[in-house]
Amino acid sequence: MMDGMSSSPAPHPVGMAKIPVSFRLNGAPTTIELAPWTTLLDALRNHMGLTGTKKGCDHGQCGACTVLVDGQRINACLTLAVMKEGADIRTVEGLAEHGHLHPVQDAFIEYDAFQCGYCTPGQICSAVGLIAEGHAHSAEEIREAMSGNICRCGAYPNIVEAVKHVIDAKAARRLEAAK
Amino acid sequence: MSMTQKYVGTAQRRVDGHAKVTGGARYAAEFAAADLLHGAVVSGAIARGTITKIDTAAAEAVPGVVKVYTHENRPRTAWLDSSYRDDVAPPGHPFRALHSAKIMFSGQPVALVVADDFETATYAASLVEVSYDAEVPKTDLDAQKGQSYDPPKKRSGVEPPPKPRGHAEKAYAAAPVKVQQEYRVAVEHHNPMEPHATTVVWDGDGAITVHDKIQGVTNTQGYVTGVFGLSKDKVRCISPFMGGGFGSGLRPQYQLFLAVLASLDLERSVRVVLTRDQMFTFGHRPLTIQTLSLGAEPDGRLTSIIHDAVQETSHFEDYQENTVNWSGLLYKCDNTKFSYELAKLDTYTPADMRAPGAVLGLYALEAAMDELASATGVDPVELRLRNYIADTDQNTDKKLTSKALRECYTQGAERFGWSKRDARPRSMTDGRELVGWGMATGVWEAMMQKTSARATLTGDGRLEVATASADIGTGTYTILTQLGADALGLRMEDVTARLGDSSLPYSPIEGGSWTAASAGTAVQMACETVREKVFKLARQLDGSPLANQDLDHVTFRDGRIVVTNDPSRSVSLIDAIKSSNEGKVEAEETAAPSTIQARRFVSYTHSAVFVEVKVDEELGVVRVTRVVSAVAAGKILNLKTARSQILGGVVMGIGSALHEESMLDHNIGRFMNHNLGEYHVPVNADIGPIEVIFVDEPDDKASPIGVKGLGEIGIVGTGAAIANAVYHATGVRVRDLPITIDKLQGA
Repeated sequence: MMDGMSSSPAPHPVGMAKIPVSFRLNGAPTTIELAPWTTLLDALRNHMGLTGTKKGCDHGQCGACTVLVDGQRINACLTLAVMKEGADIRTVEGLAEHGHLHPVQDAFIEYDAFQCGYCTPGQICSAVGLIAEGHAHSAEEIREAMSGNICRCGAYPNIVEAVKHVIDAKAARRLEAAK
Repeated sequence: MSMTQKYVGTAQRRVDGHAKVTGGARYAAEFAAADLLHGAVVSGAIARGTITKIDTAAAEAVPGVVKVYTHENRPRTAWLDSSYRDDVAPPGHPFRALHSAKIMFSGQPVALVVADDFETATYAASLVEVSYDAEVPKTDLDAQKGQSYDPPKKRSGVEPPPKPRGHAEKAYAAAPVKVQQEYRVAVEHHNPMEPHATTVVWDGDGAITVHDKIQGVTNTQGYVTGVFGLSKDKVRCISPFMGGGFGSGLRPQYQLFLAVLASLDLERSVRVVLTRDQMFTFGHRPLTIQTLSLGAEPDGRLTSIIHDAVQETSHFEDYQENTVNWSGLLYKCDNTKFSYELAKLDTYTPADMRAPGAVLGLYALEAAMDELASATGVDPVELRLRNYIADTDQNTDKKLTSKALRECYTQGAERFGWSKRDARPRSMTDGRELVGWGMATGVWEAMMQKTSARATLTGDGRLEVATASADIGTGTYTILTQLGADALGLRMEDVTARLGDSSLPYSPIEGGSWTAASAGTAVQMACETVREKVFKLARQLDGSPLANQDLDHVTFRDGRIVVTNDPSRSVSLIDAIKSSNEGKVEAEETAAPSTIQARRFVSYTHSAVFVEVKVDEELGVVRVTRVVSAVAAGKILNLKTARSQILGGVVMGIGSALHEESMLDHNIGRFMNHNLGEYHVPVNADIGPIEVIFVDEPDDKASPIGVKGLGEIGIVGTGAAIANAVYHATGVRVRDLPITIDKLQGA
């Protein structure tokens, strides 16, 4: 749109019928009818009232829209909602259980891992995905694996501390259980 | 008055933390409205010229499109420039979207497509055909600097350069040691994570509720009432959260104008969200060409400082910031001379960006000081101490309210291990990497602005503190909660802070690092009045155990008013409030800077920044591996959120020094890297350990609560410290930030 000169417009989508798509959303079976050009991000924000997932760039460059699909962290802006038929989708709204914050959410508050809070849902979902991946242990590995999520407020050192706290606590529990 | 501080001055979790980690915090584009319409902005393709034809037929033909607005069918808005001038506008003619066929900058909005949903609006916007009569844009400051001028009208709140002191040029000519260099910092864009957005809710009967991305709802309300000729009671602005500002949200941006325009015309609720690309079509940190000349004795004592700057502005406004003045106040020097001029480019007006002016001016001054340290062989910290001025601002001849910069130098150096530094460039290595240690000084104004706040104790013993100000991530909700809780002896859980609503007591925009001092003082004052009122009620209760007490001899604790010397005698706040006619105790107070004090005193925050870089010389890659930022900013209200503010400033300083650069193609006058893939901001992997030290700095004049503010000081000085460290590592002086691989490899 920056060009303002649409020399080769996309195929005309007018008349494109809405089609139903079904997935589990934060644990609940959900069916919604959407135009197929709707991204998962816009579906969540504009059509399902779940504005916790943020739009920062719409280009897959900032990570603010990170959600968990079948346990994996993905950029919701680079995914069409209709592609996620049958998937298990979890957003920041679905991380707390029985009124208790997810350990990553609590660690983010304790370590002050945000300021404005806009990148935070994406950071938290990304961290939950990263912990499940199980590759990152050291601060350096966390920094690397969290670099798809930009924080303009510069909370990076606190984000690393928060994520490391959860990883270390998990490792300690596993060690305890093994004893 | 005995007021114990249980929370103030400690590390407290953010009170809005829960909302932010659960997705519950609502930002401007996230407010729901019935039958909401979505607007997509069509950005112009040229930087200068005229629209000759704009064809909206194809867009209008798309089912679901409600209306397309252009300059040809725009509803009437206010005629006079003054109606468009917001609270922080520089002198000139504020930009008006869709005002005429004239194009003044690349990406100028030329149409707004309003449709039933976002996808349709976005698609239809791509069908708007615009023809232009394009002129050659002039966006190269080097080519235009010959036409620079002293801005005829000064921007309110920005001091023009101070008058010369002594004979700077003569002293420079005679100086045994001289440094004279040109310094630059690339254009930067704020790039808050939340794109600018406005949701206008049509409330019916000509009334609207505006959710705008703004650093102060009163500025949005004033702008909308002025431009659209509405009375204040028809425009309520509610913006409780803001996804980062850094200055980009000080002025109302064009999506606000467009959303309100469409909403009033269609009598519907309308949302307009800018794309990330469009975030590069308004304010930016201005390109500034600076020359710094230092004359000194062989022992490093300064005999002359001359600081000249030419800064870009737009053709329609004379943007100004305080760039050179810092060089007149930071170090003791009898001979100084300054100039600050503007040159017009075909871009949008620059905008205040975190520590506007200081980031640029202090970079030049502190990089030059490092060159002077090299030239004289004096250690960089020692050089600054030799030129230290303890208690006076030489620009204004006023006394400083406090200055613990010396402690910043000593404590920062100690923590960093500065004494182990080998002064010779290229002398320190770690494996195959060169190691560099650099430092610089930071300074920023400590200000207060007139701000009102209300405190309300309700029948359930809870306290609400409220002011129209904003929390842009800085922690305002939390510090106001701490202040309120301590003032009335409540738990923080029993206090609610309300912000970001134009119906609350007046507050100016959140900017300039003044909010903690201003809103904090106003809340403190309102709470003190509530204390007095509720104490009076408690004393008047039948058989009150406080009957013969005065306020100085009681303590507010755990929801009770307790006789300090005899804790067995107390009255609960709830009982006292019950006896009031209103069922609540409320007070509104206004805090303002003392004009009498301002005649004699001026206040600044200071910092000393120490940086370690490692440079892979083969690849030209620079990494900042360690930072210590020692800050003197008066009273620190919340150690947790305060530290985060400094961390954020340091990270943005790292971006400024090594990454951030908005690249103009002068052929078409457009910033080409208009996305977060090509405009590089620091990511997690770019940032190593950052230590923050708050040195003790008692101050009873900067503000009544002793606070100076922290929003800006973290970034100031960081860029210079990094550049100085890169020199120490490599022996190469790059005087043009950011220090990218090409500049290091090409040297």
